[in-house]
Amino acid sequence: MKSIPVSTTINGDPYEFLCAPDETLLDVLRNRLGLTGAKEGCGTGDCGACSVTLNGRLVCSCLVLGAEAGGAEITTIEGMADGDELHPLQRHFIDGAALQCGVCTPGILVAAKALLDKNPDPTDEELRYWLAGNLCRCTGYDKIIRAVQAAAAEMRGA
Amino acid sequence: MRYLAAKTAGEAAAALAAEPGLTRILAGGTDVLVQLKSGLVEPALIVDIKQIPGIAEIVAEDGGYRIGAAVPNAVLGEHAGVVAMWPGVVEGANLIGSTQVQGRCTMVGNLCNGSPAGDAVPGLIAANAVARIVGPNGQRDLPVADIPTGPGKTSLAKGEVITSVFLPARPARASDAYLRFIPRTEMDIAVASAAVSLELNADDTVKAARVVLGAVAPTVIVAEEAGRICVGSKLDEATLARMAAACEAVAKPIDDKRGTVAFRTKTAGTLAKRAALTAYTRAGGTK
Repeated sequence: MKSIPVSTTINGDPYEFLCAPDETLLDVLRNRLGLTGAKEGCGTGDCGACSVTLNGRLVCSCLVLGAEAGGAEITTIEGMADGDELHPLQRHFIDGAALQCGVCTPGILVAAKALLDKNPDPTDEELRYWLAGNLCRCTGYDKIIRAVQAAAAEMRGA
Repeated sequence: MRYLAAKTAGEAAAALAAEPGLTRILAGGTDVLVQLKSGLVEPALIVDIKQIPGIAEIVAEDGGYRIGAAVPNAVLGEHAGVVAMWPGVVEGANLIGSTQVQGRCTMVGNLCNGSPAGDAVPGLIAANAVARIVGPNGQRDLPVADIPTGPGKTSLAKGEVITSVFLPARPARASDAYLRFIPRTEMDIAVASAAVSLELNADDTVKAARVVLGAVAPTVIVAEEAGRICVGSKLDEATLARMAAACEAVAKPIDDKRGTVAFRTKTAGTLAKRAALTAYTRAGGTK
């Protein structure tokens, strides 16, 4: 297979990579660029562990080809903290013990941030529907919902 | 496998027509990449259509809307004009998958995937939507209803690409609705579904009705008689019962772990009744 050269922007930084035509954006991020925050759970768009944003839209990076990323703006979990300063969502996940094994956590944080960017004050129901594509087998979701709401409240200045 | 990001619909059609091996068209990729991952298909060529100018746009046209083939369903759901005119089409499209899938999946992809359970398809057919197709021999328009021919199969010829679907204009007192049954509240495939599009007279009686059923036959089907039964009524109980019976009469579902023939048949009629009532209220009808 012929490699495809791709130029893209990830977390505000320019990146250039070569990828195979059938290589997913998730595999590019993890295996070629060393951005291993996004996880492969199912690889078929069901679990959300590979969530990133692509041109401002929340997507599963396992359902995007690396070749499609040309000229795009991508954000991943690696861009969430500001240097050593954790994002309020990250801090509240730790404080509220909203994770155990941690595999789903990067995807849930990216997905939750995408919601709060759009709707700073979601109801629990809106939040649960928004996160329906992010599976967690450890927490039972309740602590996740509480941590996101706590972060949302802090971000609103409440 | 080769990957081509086509710059025009003509280039996409020519490349797909010239490739002797298996091909796939890539818009949102939420079905195509799953197929690749499963190993069930190994295309020789994938043609990405998202760079074709205008293909990711929603444009007002002749009082209706032309929805580009690469418009993600999340974007469709944020378009106030389409939501106001065709709420049933949008609610079907927005039921597919998760937030992540909505950010990528398209109505045209759902249509071309050829599933009789596709949630975007009944609404489009109830709306009398028309697909614009570009092929090696030029452009043609075809009703969406004529595109699915069986599970995973469409009437599109080799090299043909749907570039948009057109939702026509409609009078003020008209609306539509879509309902599906799934055994949970989110992220599942319809066991049975129904879309109903209605136009009302000034006296609140139904002027025109189109009833479409999903997941109860090898393709999405139009329940012609069910639509005719609604006309002239205010959707009273007796009319709705006859309409549901007409839906049951044309349902020819399969029996599988997700639903029996009897369950799917009955559910299709019940959903059609409920969708008709929602469309009636949305159209401004009062009993």
